[in-house]
Amino acid sequence: MSGAPYLHRARSVPVIMLWVLAALLPGIVVHAGFFGPGILMQLVVSSLAALVAESAVLALRGQRLAPALSDGSALVTAFLLALCLPPLSPWWLTALGSVFAIVVAKHLYGGLGQNPFNPAMAAYAMLIVAFPALMSQWPLAGEGHQVAGFGESWRLVFGGERALDGITGATPLDALRTGMRGLPGAAPPQISTVMAGSGLGVIAGVGWEWVAAAYALGGLLLVALRVISWHVPTTFLVVLALISALFWMVDPASHAPPWFHVVAGGSMLGAFFVATDPVSGASTPRGKCLFAAGIAVLTYLIRVFGAFPDGIAFATLIMNLCVPIIDRTTQPPIFGHKQGPARRGLRQGDR
Amino acid sequence: MNRRRGFGFHGGIEPNSYKSETTRLPIRVAPISEELVVPLHQNIGGTPRPLVRVGEYVFKGQRIGAADGNISAAVHAPTSGHVTALELRQVPHASGLADPVVVIRADGEDAWMAPEPFDWRAAPPDAVRDYLRDAGVVGLGGAVFPSHLKMRPGDADAIDTLILNGAECEPFITCDDLLMRERAATILRGASILARLTGARETLVGIEDNKPEAIAAMRQAGAGMAGVEVVVLPTRYPTGGAKQLIRALTGIEVPHGARSTEFGVQCFNVGTAHAVADALERGRPLISRIVTVAGAVRTPRNYEVLIGTPVRELLADAGMMAGVERVLMGGPMMGFALPGYAVPVVKATNCLIAWTPGLLPEQPEERPCIRCGACAEVCPADLQPLELYWYARGNQFGKAQEYGVFDCIECGCCAYVCPSNIRLVDYYRYAKSEIWASERDKARADAARARFDARNARIEREKSERAARVAAKTAASRAAVSAIPDASADGVSEPSVSNAGPASGSEAAKHALIAQALARVRARQAGQDVADDPGGAAGAHQPGDTGHTTS
Repeated sequence: MSGAPYLHRARSVPVIMLWVLAALLPGIVVHAGFFGPGILMQLVVSSLAALVAESAVLALRGQRLAPALSDGSALVTAFLLALCLPPLSPWWLTALGSVFAIVVAKHLYGGLGQNPFNPAMAAYAMLIVAFPALMSQWPLAGEGHQVAGFGESWRLVFGGERALDGITGATPLDALRTGMRGLPGAAPPQISTVMAGSGLGVIAGVGWEWVAAAYALGGLLLVALRVISWHVPTTFLVVLALISALFWMVDPASHAPPWFHVVAGGSMLGAFFVATDPVSGASTPRGKCLFAAGIAVLTYLIRVFGAFPDGIAFATLIMNLCVPIIDRTTQPPIFGHKQGPARRGLRQGDR
Repeated sequence: MNRRRGFGFHGGIEPNSYKSETTRLPIRVAPISEELVVPLHQNIGGTPRPLVRVGEYVFKGQRIGAADGNISAAVHAPTSGHVTALELRQVPHASGLADPVVVIRADGEDAWMAPEPFDWRAAPPDAVRDYLRDAGVVGLGGAVFPSHLKMRPGDADAIDTLILNGAECEPFITCDDLLMRERAATILRGASILARLTGARETLVGIEDNKPEAIAAMRQAGAGMAGVEVVVLPTRYPTGGAKQLIRALTGIEVPHGARSTEFGVQCFNVGTAHAVADALERGRPLISRIVTVAGAVRTPRNYEVLIGTPVRELLADAGMMAGVERVLMGGPMMGFALPGYAVPVVKATNCLIAWTPGLLPEQPEERPCIRCGACAEVCPADLQPLELYWYARGNQFGKAQEYGVFDCIECGCCAYVCPSNIRLVDYYRYAKSEIWASERDKARADAARARFDARNARIEREKSERAARVAAKTAASRAAVSAIPDASADGVSEPSVSNAGPASGSEAAKHALIAQALARVRARQAGQDVADDPGGAAGAHQPGDTGHTTS
C-alpha cells in the first residue's frame, strides 16, 4: 500500500475523454443535418484507423493495450480530426490523417501526455499541405444546393467516386479569401460584394453558423463541468474578436466583421476543443490565456494574410512550440511568496 | 451580528466527509488496558530520558520520561501500576521501526500521584513554559510539536492574534468536534491561558461549517469572554492546515520556512488548549486524548483514551468487524497504515480507521499525466504539482526545489483529484528525501574534505618535525664520528642523503657516515641474498637501494 491520500475523486481520464466526446455530439448532429451523413462515415473511419494505429504502436512498444485503448484519448483525437476534414473526403485521406496523428504526432513523441503538438492539428496540417485540392472540397448547404444522401455519400467516401460538382464548393472563409484577392486589373473587391455571394447565412455561412453554435453549446457544457477551464475559450474568442474588430474598424471595406471571424470556420471547435487540449497546451492560468491569445492572433493573420483558408491548425501548432517557455515564465507565485501583509522583521534572539 | 467571514485560500477540495457515523454518540472513556505501552518519543524534538526502572511502582500522572533539552516534552504514566519493561517495541509510525517504550502493568487502582500545586498566574513566564514541557503538552492536531516552545511569555508584543484550530477538515476525524461539543468551556479557559501567555489581544476560533453543534457550544461558552470570536469557515479540506487556517482567518500567508509569530499570529489546536487548561488549572499532565474510531467497527465513536492503550484493545471495544485489512492512523488524506495492531495510542493519534476493501472507493490504475492542471487548481500552497511531478519523476531535484517542492504540505489534494490517479504525494516525498539525502551527503563530503585537509596538514607537520629530528641526530652523529679517520673512498661518490642539509665543512665525516650505513645495508642484504635469491646479489650494490633504506 502506497502513502496517503487513500481517498480519490472518481473523475478519471476515461471519464474526461468521454465528456469531451459527448460534448462534441451536438455539433456532430447539426453537422450531419446540414451537410449530410458523410461526417458520420468520417468519424467511423477516423476512429477505427486511430484505434488500429494505437494498438499497433502499443504492441510495437511492448505496452499493454487495455489501459491505453480504454483511456479514450485516441478517440478524441480521431473525432477532432474527422470534424476538421471535408465530410465527403475519400476514406483513405481520413485514415491516413488519423494514423499520422496517432503514430507520428502522438507515439513518436512518447505517447499520451508526452506529445508537444496537438495530434489532430498536426495531422490536419500534414493533409492540407499534401492534399490541398481534396481538403478544399466542402459540401454546400442551404437552398439551391443538394445535400448528398447516404448512398451518394457512401459512394463518394468509400467508392472512389469524385463527381463533386454541384454539391461541394469553397467554405465561407475560403470564398472570402479568394474573393478578396480580386482579379488583376479590376477594381479592388469590396467585402460586402464578396460576402453577398458566398452563401453567408446570418453570420458566417449557411449551416456553418449552426454547427458553430452547437460546438459552443458542447464547449460551455465542458466549462460548466470544469472539464476544461474558462481561460482558453474565453481568451481565444475575445482576442479573435478584438483583432478582427481592429482590422474591420480601420478598413471595413476589405475586412470581415468580428462576429464573422468568431463564428466562422473552426473558431468554436478550436476555442473549446482544440486549444483546450491539456497535453500540448499551457498549464498555468496566465499561460493558458497567453497561449489562447497567441492562437487567436495567428489564426486571424493566417486567415487574412496567409495561404490557407483557416488558420486554427497552424496557429495551434506554432503556439504548441511556445508552451514550454510560456509555462516557465508564467508560474504563479507560491503560497506565502506573494506580496502580502508586511512581515515583521526578525528580532534579536528570535531563532 | 457582524461576524467575520474569513479570507479563504486558494485550492482545496470537498471530499465526502464520512464524519456522521462517529458524531452520533458522546465521547466514551475507554477501559484501562492491563498493559500500557508508552513510547518515550511522542514529540517533535529530543527523545525524553526514562526516569523509572523496571519493577518500580508508578502513580497515574507520574513523570516517567523527562524532556531531553528544551525542544522535547515529558511523558507520564497513564495509570498506576508497575513498570514491567523498558525496551524497544514497534510504535505507530509508517516505517514500522521499534522505539524505546515504557511498559506499565496497571494495578487497577488508577491512583493519581499527589498533585504538585503550581500557580501559573504568579509564576514567572519561563517557569510556566517549563511546567508545560514537564506536563508533556504537545500539539494534539497531529504534529506533536512541544507547545511550550510556541509561547513567548514576557515578549508580550510578539503576538496579536491567537488562533484556535477547530477546523478539523480531514474526512472521518471528529475528535475535535466532539471535544468542542462536550468541553467547550475547558477549551476556552485553555485559550485564555494561552492568550495571556502569548500576549495575544484577540482569539479567533476557526471551525468549519459542517460542525453546527460544536460552533453553538463554543459560541455559548465564549459568550462572556472578551476578545474571543468563533469564526465559521466553509468546509473545505485542508482548512485545518495551520497555514491555510491562518490565511483563512487573517489573510496572512506565512511562507515556507517562516513562523507565524513573525506575523503576529500563533495557532493551537483546540485539543491542545484543552490540555493546557488541564495541566495548569488541575495539575493534570497529558496522559489521555480523544481518538475517533471509525470505519469497519460496530460502534464508530470517539473515545477518551489513555496514551499507551494498545490499538487492538480500542478497536475491540468498538467492535471491529471481520475483514479489516489494515488500520489507518489519522485521516485518509494524510494518515498512514499502522504496522500492526499491538502499537499503542500516542499523543499524535487523532483517529483510527479500520479499513476494509469496500470502505473507500478503490483507486483505479495509474495512467500517464495529461497535464490537465486539476492538481494546480486544488493546490492550497499555490504550486504547480504537475511540474513538480515531472521534475521529481525525472530526478531533476534542483528544478523540483526551484518549483517549490518544500512548500508542499503533503495535504494530498493533488493526488485526490488527479484523473490519472498518479500518487503525486509519493513523488514529492521521494524528491524531498532525495534532496535531504544529497544534502546529508554533501555535508558528509564537506566533513571528509575538512578531515582530509587536516590529515595532510598533520602529515606535513610530522614530516617537517621528523626532518628536524633527523638533522639534530645527524649533527650529533657527526660530532661522534669526527674522530674516525677518512675511510670513505668508496664507489659511492654522490651522497644519496643530500637532504641531510647543505654540504658542511666536514665532508669527510658525512662520507664516513654514509659508508657506515652502506656497509650495514650490504651486510643485511648479503644475508638475505644468501637465503633467498643468490642471483640478485649484484643489485645490492646499486646506490638507489641505499636511498631506499634511508627514506
